[in-house]
Amino acid sequence: MSTASASPFGTAWFGALASSSTAVPGLPGSLRVGMIALDGGETAVLLAVVPDADARFPRARSGEVGLEEGYALAEVVTGIVAADAGTDSRRPIVTVIDVPGQAYGYVEELVGIHQSLAASTNAFATARLAGHPIVSLMVGNAISGAFLATGLQANRLVALDHDGIAVQVMSKQSSGRITRRSIAELDAVAEKFPATAYDGASFAKLGALHDLVHVESPAAPTAADVALVTTSVSLAVASVRSGSSDLRSRLSSPEARTVRASSVLVRQRVAEAWDI
Amino acid sequence: MTRPVAQPFTEFRARDRVRALLDPGTFREILDPFARVESPHLALQGIVPQGDDGAVIGRGTIDGVSAVVVALDGAFQGGGIGEVSGAKLASSLEQAVNDNRNGTPTRAVILLETGGIRLQEANLGLLAISEIHSAIVELRSFGPVVGVVVGTVGCFGGMGIAAGLTSHLIMTRGGRLSLNGPEVIETEAGIEELDSSDRAGIWAMIGGAQRVAIGQAETLVDDDADAVAAAVRDVYRTAPATAVPARSTRIAAGRRLLAAVDPTGRPTPTDIRNLSTGGSL
Amino acid sequence: MQTISIDYPAAEKLSRPVHVGAVSSGDLEIIMIPLPGGSTATVALRTSVDGFDTIWRRVLDRFFAESALVAHYEINDFGATPGMVSLRLAQALEIAREDPDAGQTTTTGGAR
Repeated sequence: MSTASASPFGTAWFGALASSSTAVPGLPGSLRVGMIALDGGETAVLLAVVPDADARFPRARSGEVGLEEGYALAEVVTGIVAADAGTDSRRPIVTVIDVPGQAYGYVEELVGIHQSLAASTNAFATARLAGHPIVSLMVGNAISGAFLATGLQANRLVALDHDGIAVQVMSKQSSGRITRRSIAELDAVAEKFPATAYDGASFAKLGALHDLVHVESPAAPTAADVALVTTSVSLAVASVRSGSSDLRSRLSSPEARTVRASSVLVRQRVAEAWDI
Repeated sequence: MTRPVAQPFTEFRARDRVRALLDPGTFREILDPFARVESPHLALQGIVPQGDDGAVIGRGTIDGVSAVVVALDGAFQGGGIGEVSGAKLASSLEQAVNDNRNGTPTRAVILLETGGIRLQEANLGLLAISEIHSAIVELRSFGPVVGVVVGTVGCFGGMGIAAGLTSHLIMTRGGRLSLNGPEVIETEAGIEELDSSDRAGIWAMIGGAQRVAIGQAETLVDDDADAVAAAVRDVYRTAPATAVPARSTRIAAGRRLLAAVDPTGRPTPTDIRNLSTGGSL
Repeated sequence: MQTISIDYPAAEKLSRPVHVGAVSSGDLEIIMIPLPGGSTATVALRTSVDGFDTIWRRVLDRFFAESALVAHYEINDFGATPGMVSLRLAQALEIAREDPDAGQTTTTGGAR
């Protein structure tokens, strides 16, 4: 049984940013669906996966993205795309990201949690390609498969800058267990290789981040914090509307051109050699 | 021409697997080991790199139609996705999207033999996988994107999600597919949750036969090079007639299966087969 | 990981690049790239096993005394046994000396 204490950031920021929030019948309580009023008067859909002590699947009670969460996110996002399909409207979707990981368990793998997470990944990617501006607001943990399935298909990634941010392929505790390194050793490696670090500033060095926002009170946002973050998210939505629907912007930033130089080089070489 | 003896596909390394799936004589490699685009991150962390970074991009044709087949080499660093190997996959799929958009149908096949993200390259692998996911989804709108999971490493982590995004998944009985590998589950949740040394139990749970039986893969093939190549060609030969919504769009079916599962019990692989009616859900 | 770089005098030409083996447990990869107009074999070796540089030098000295091609040799070792090292070096040489029109220039040959 997971003993991880639930992170406060996702619930706090969903609550602070939501102008309205509705319980959707049939969806798990861990999925919050609401609206956020952006600067300039536009309204966007606001989503978050948050801890739910009563979740049906015991291994997804601390904010993990589990079997239910993947399919439920897919259903909500697919519904938004379907509702807007025949109209001129492409509502932005803002997802508050504070996910400590995917749910680890026997039932999860037996039933196929990879397929559930593929459903939400697919839904976000499809929404983006259909022209919906997708923004992920990283307020706490953004770990591995859980991050892939909730946040990484976004056109724009916005992160808060505070000590509770952790962006990685596994939690620090798990990484320590698996690589048999102490937390101090992991931190030493992370200083040299920003890709292995957990903090927002290091993640920013990889060039995929649109904005890193410093707030006063990350666990209990003040009115000023909320205004600052709302503005950042609104600017991110606006920048999507003047850009492309793919993920190219992540590789065109000045940071990416140096830290992800190999990603750029490979694309260039593959394009050159594609047709003889 | 038929060969007298079957050639186990799993005994082929990545390059030969790619060659075997393309029409004979058409294989042309992009960024081969002589291009020397290896991982810039591994040697700095004391790990010996491989010239192709464990990913092979093969251009050629399948049934005479322009194709790209990409394969991960499970023998190098467990097939882990690093910056370069990830970019090789993503860019191949992105090029295939371009071709299709510009009126040149290009088929794409991905051979998934990978434990997921290469830990030393961490978030660079994570970003690469999100770009692979995006390209698969985009490419699917033009035609089938075929995944192949044959073993012995299996397909896990973010690439398990990639397998979930394909239009058509071909597996052998020896292939395994899930999100968290058995060792990870045992480490994270305890041996009473999952005993990763129970090989028969693991294969019954996440092996190719089970995934096909519950509709999470489409074709079960023998571990034979000709059989795998034939299965790939069959996808494209029958595609127009059998076009069904991709697995990752079948949300209602997934939710119905979850509703039927006892989340605190210990269902068996057979229970899940009985609860699931596979692709027809 | 340990790195060893050695140059050997060479006269025999290499007509096309050669690749054998893989960086997998107990194996090694050899990449040979022609150096047109050159007169040396430049060897850049990386091995996952530290402390065997004397043995490596002896193996390489013996091999290149007999058969050095004008080429850059990249050797990426992942704990190969001496027997496997000899096998891969011989295999690379054999392919290097094959008819250039024989087709395929890369092989991963042998057991996985």
